[in-house]
Amino acid sequence: MKVLKIDLSKYRYEIEDRRDLFEEWIGGTGVAVQLLKEEMDLNADPLSEENVIVFAVGPFTPAYPLASKTVAMFKSPLTGNLGESHAGGRTAVAIANAGYGAIVIKGKSKKPVYIVVHNDKVYFRDARVIWGIADSLIVGRIIAEREKGRGIRTVMRIGGGGCNLVRYACVTTETYRHFGRLGLGAVFGSKNLMALVVIGRGSRKVPDRRKYKDVYEKIMKLALESGAMKKYHLLGTAVNVLPLNEIRSLPTKNLRSTVFEKAEEISGEALAEHNLGRRIACSHCPIACVHIAALRIPYETEPYFYKTIMISYDYELIYALGSMLGIGSREGLLRLIHKVEIYGLDAMSTGVCLAWATEALERGLISEKETLVKLSFGDVDGYMKAIDYIVKQPNEFYKVLAQGVEKASDVYGGKEFALAFGKNEMPGYHVGHATHIGYLIGLRHSHLDNAGYSLDQKLKEIPPPNEIVDKLVKEEEWRQVLSSLVVCFFARGVYKPEIVAEAFDALGYETSEEELKLKGEKIYREKLKLKIKMGFDPDSLRLPKRIFETECFQGKLSEEYIREALRYWKERYVLPLV
Amino acid sequence: MPKRLVIKDIEKCVGCGLCMFACSRRHGEIGNDYSGILPVSLSGFERGATVIFCRACIEPPCAQVCPTNALTPKEGGGVVYREELCIGCKNCINACTIGAIFERRNGKPALCVHCGYCVNYCPHGVLGYEEVEA
Repeated sequence: MKVLKIDLSKYRYEIEDRRDLFEEWIGGTGVAVQLLKEEMDLNADPLSEENVIVFAVGPFTPAYPLASKTVAMFKSPLTGNLGESHAGGRTAVAIANAGYGAIVIKGKSKKPVYIVVHNDKVYFRDARVIWGIADSLIVGRIIAEREKGRGIRTVMRIGGGGCNLVRYACVTTETYRHFGRLGLGAVFGSKNLMALVVIGRGSRKVPDRRKYKDVYEKIMKLALESGAMKKYHLLGTAVNVLPLNEIRSLPTKNLRSTVFEKAEEISGEALAEHNLGRRIACSHCPIACVHIAALRIPYETEPYFYKTIMISYDYELIYALGSMLGIGSREGLLRLIHKVEIYGLDAMSTGVCLAWATEALERGLISEKETLVKLSFGDVDGYMKAIDYIVKQPNEFYKVLAQGVEKASDVYGGKEFALAFGKNEMPGYHVGHATHIGYLIGLRHSHLDNAGYSLDQKLKEIPPPNEIVDKLVKEEEWRQVLSSLVVCFFARGVYKPEIVAEAFDALGYETSEEELKLKGEKIYREKLKLKIKMGFDPDSLRLPKRIFETECFQGKLSEEYIREALRYWKERYVLPLV
Repeated sequence: MPKRLVIKDIEKCVGCGLCMFACSRRHGEIGNDYSGILPVSLSGFERGATVIFCRACIEPPCAQVCPTNALTPKEGGGVVYREELCIGCKNCINACTIGAIFERRNGKPALCVHCGYCVNYCPHGVLGYEEVEA
């Protein structure tokens, strides 16, 4: 497996054979941790030339379906600690077909550029003319029309959010997929890097055609017929809205409630019935979970003129820009999603920041002098303007809000209702103790690290905190294997350990379920070690008071329980590595 | 009657590219280098997706411009490709009006020979394999 290293400071690149890394660390997350360790000064300022970005794919790309995620690893400008973000689209397949297991981007360009990787060649293109175009969809279109490789490429780009260094800006790819969370877009922006295009045409020999075909067919069958991916195949992730609302777990109006009176209106069912206009898929995925709404909007002043925009929706966006902001109209919700999409912002962080600002304004911690516009739950127009301000940062308040809710509450107060965990804004679940322990100890502070929200729903009774922690870590360790294989987490029900071992075997690599599990543990430890070296301190984790005030599926949560869990986690998993 | 790869309903295409991967697998390859079918977005996925492959022309321009007879017209439409004759001049790639001949890493063409293998992997009923009138 080859690694492409690009230095933006010197406009140079080199290609190295690093099969050693892939043999030991699989690919994706496992390999990215090692490359970051090798390439980066861990004390670097995340928005400086010294930050390093790693994109890594895995040995199943593109051999099998549903292994089309790319893992990005970098230092996060939002948390100042390890940043990791996964995206699908055509990213992974393009990188693998171009001949690489990973791409490393270092340094900083003197002027705006975008990079084109076409198989074994790298081109640096002048991006001065397109720098500052706020709409990431237009940036994508301009680059797509200028460059070759239609159908076999990925165009990973930033919009206004990344250019203006919003610390929760994302990198958008294939219009609707994102390296969200933790601010990769701002890292691109800080390097004067508008986009990374990868064009990949290539292939490798199948070692054993019969064996390979058998495993391939088995995976396809499991994906399409076993029910393991049914949820994503039907309503998509938006199916979560109503059940979570029903069990009092849908964060609403800055988590002052977990039941949203208008949940029905913005549910997956309602969106499918009234707005769903198209489905698309990531490369090599038969599920096509990307649900796209068609929204018809009249021109403001001319009758009988309409524009129709296509807007991708998912559960997390509905939570962050819907219930969390008290938005109960589908049209309003879709307009907000589109706004965030255009700028290339992380939807969850944006929604949580705005929800905090709304409550801070209500409580008089800030005034309209700061917010420039009246913010109130349910008012779409106010939020539309505020999102413009987050990107344009016309005053000190928005400069601060563009650094995340942790920073904003440091400056303006309201910590008790600033919903961030490990400085990363909260995902859309307030189910029980495991949910929040999961956010806190998850190495990305993401709900997907260990699925605490799902564990809470399965528990018959609440066990001692250490048992929860062990379960969450065990889940996270296995997910390190999946994200090293760059298998989509939505396909976790397909890629069980025995299937993964079989799939390896058909490609000519011997392994066992046991060995895979051990690798998961090892990668988890390596990642945690890297996090600690970057300054992570479990004692600094803040618990927002709000989560103990608002009832959820498990009723009122106990702070002592969560603190005990954190103590145990530190003792059992963190300290042995220090 | 000859059998052909045909479009059943192009509007259903989600751009997953399973057809493209199937095509290279048919050649014993993992990837897309040997693929004679290409999934593309329509200037961005907001406008949907489509696939591009050989239409099996009765008078194939690709064969007309081939200097070595590596591509020759097939009875009933389309072409027969004999790789050992190909010098990689790319005339065929430039001659195809719909851009359905693709350049492999070694400079030689990849194109659909209407074997129908990819149809088994199209999850949404976009592609079909049918007898057509020659």
